[in-house]
Amino acid sequence: MGDGILPGLVKGLATTAKSLTRHTHTAEYPDVSPALPPRSRGVIALTEENCTSCMLCARECPDWCIYIDSHKEELPPTTPGGRARQRNVLDRFAIDFSLCMYCGICIEVCPFDALHWSPEFEYAELDIRDLLHEKDRLGAWMATVPAPPALDPGSADPAEVTAAAKPPRAAGAAGGTRGAGAAVRPTRVRKEATPAPAGTTTPPTTDATRSTTDSTPSTATAPSTETAPTATPRPATPAAEQTRVMPAVERTAAFPVVEQPPVTPPADGAEAEQAADQAAAHGDSTQVLPTVSTDSAAPTERTDEEGRE
Amino acid sequence: MSGLPPWLEVVVRAVAVLAAFLVLPLLVGQTEHKVMAHMQGRLGPMYAGGFHGWAQLVADGVKFVQKEDITPAKADRWAFRLAPFVALIPYLMALAVIPLSPTVVGADVDASVVLVLAVIGVGVIGTLMAGWASANKYSLLGAMRAAAQLVSYELPMVLAVASVALAAGSLSLVSIAEAWKPWWLLWQLPGAIVFLVAALAELQRPPFDMPLADSEIVFGAFTEYTGLRFAFFLLAEYAGIVVMSLLFAVLYLGGWSGPFEQWLGWLWTLLKGFLVAVVVIWLRVSWPRMREDQLQRLAWVWLVPIALLQLALTAVGVVMTS
Repeated sequence: MGDGILPGLVKGLATTAKSLTRHTHTAEYPDVSPALPPRSRGVIALTEENCTSCMLCARECPDWCIYIDSHKEELPPTTPGGRARQRNVLDRFAIDFSLCMYCGICIEVCPFDALHWSPEFEYAELDIRDLLHEKDRLGAWMATVPAPPALDPGSADPAEVTAAAKPPRAAGAAGGTRGAGAAVRPTRVRKEATPAPAGTTTPPTTDATRSTTDSTPSTATAPSTETAPTATPRPATPAAEQTRVMPAVERTAAFPVVEQPPVTPPADGAEAEQAADQAAAHGDSTQVLPTVSTDSAAPTERTDEEGRE
Repeated sequence: MSGLPPWLEVVVRAVAVLAAFLVLPLLVGQTEHKVMAHMQGRLGPMYAGGFHGWAQLVADGVKFVQKEDITPAKADRWAFRLAPFVALIPYLMALAVIPLSPTVVGADVDASVVLVLAVIGVGVIGTLMAGWASANKYSLLGAMRAAAQLVSYELPMVLAVASVALAAGSLSLVSIAEAWKPWWLLWQLPGAIVFLVAALAELQRPPFDMPLADSEIVFGAFTEYTGLRFAFFLLAEYAGIVVMSLLFAVLYLGGWSGPFEQWLGWLWTLLKGFLVAVVVIWLRVSWPRMREDQLQRLAWVWLVPIALLQLALTAVGVVMTS
């Protein structure tokens, strides 16, 4: 027996005796729910109303585990003589959590805050195929999403606050002080909406009429797949145009024009104005979203106004 | 007890000893579960029985009963099946003669020290039988290690006990405990340490669990055992802890001497024994397993000489005081 053994043995006894008197490290998980750190990545929750089926998340997803189906819907003009608009209606939004690697890129990339991290983690299944969760399940998790963490003291104002603080454009005489945005917006938007038909440059109107003819009239669920095949000449080149028209700001602007009170994203007056301008200029921005889906029915559903004809 | 007819008294005593034999090891086992867990920063069993998993070992017993009783095809059937009982029953007999107080004792035998030591030595035969009859190399290796360990550690243990018996001038456990005085704690300290270490080794408890060494020889002699027979081996281990702890309490800690020893003597013995059992558990948690050569070296180079010195010291003390 060497010399160092006895002190070592005593040290061992002391260590175990010490930890006997201390608190255990055991997490009594099923009985006591764990105290998760903020921004825990438990599951991805979906605010369905915010989703414009822009497909950014599905495309950025490294393992392609997001499935989105959507169709277009015609919205009647808000003013007499106005132009009918289109918007995307989300039919299906599913995330396959057996593939998801919880990288959070979809949440980062979502321009409309439709996806959020929820700390909820108890959604294990006995069959791996049951981990494909549709939008109702993803939406139910929204209730568990914590409020965003407070800004650091002394940090810059968030973008939307600075935008709201900006003085309105000179033309808009009404209100104009900061924070009046909510009250002012409807009038301002309507003002913007009217010039669009007045402009009557030929391309937008033709676009609009064309889109009314082929895209499905308003019933949300069914017929986009039915009508699409009849009018699908499968153009070769539209991809470049699609991506060109994508900028997000335009699309946020499309909603206020339509006047859907619950849906309107929190874009403030100034942005909305700008966006509405652009929307008027392009005229067709909302129609271009490709509804790529991974189903077998997907290719037929690819309606695409510009490339056609 | 004296009012009962002899046959009834025998039955009552036997039943009481059997009850103690079945309850005390479970108590020690549960203590081990909990103490070891907390020493490792865990909680241990928490569910069985509701309150902090108190019924965990009962649940384990139920599980063992339900398991299939497998006898390997090449095994020596009778030896294989008999081995668990050979390992278990000696401790039952030892427990019967260990007094909790002068009155609370299963069977008051004159030379109970000799009987206990002799009977405990038989237990290893069960391990040897199990190892040989299993027709398994690991089992055989484990049994051989167990036998070698017993041979080495029986000697210092007997010498240490002989020292106490010499000091008390008696081979009866009751007389030894009654002759005990507090200053013996110091006088018999080397012997007590030797006894504790040797007892650990006889029980094949860590750090002396070379015969089981699950990282080397699976589970030693018990490798091939399943179900209830395996449970009996485990029970034998914990019954062994109970016997050794009580023996230590009676020999070296004065047994039932304490406040109100006329009424609470048995409780003092049990408490002291329990304390020793906790120490046994503590050593298991804290120390790594010894290598076979270290194990033999410890016995022959350290324990035997210390025990002999203790014997000489005791002899000097006895001669001086008498």
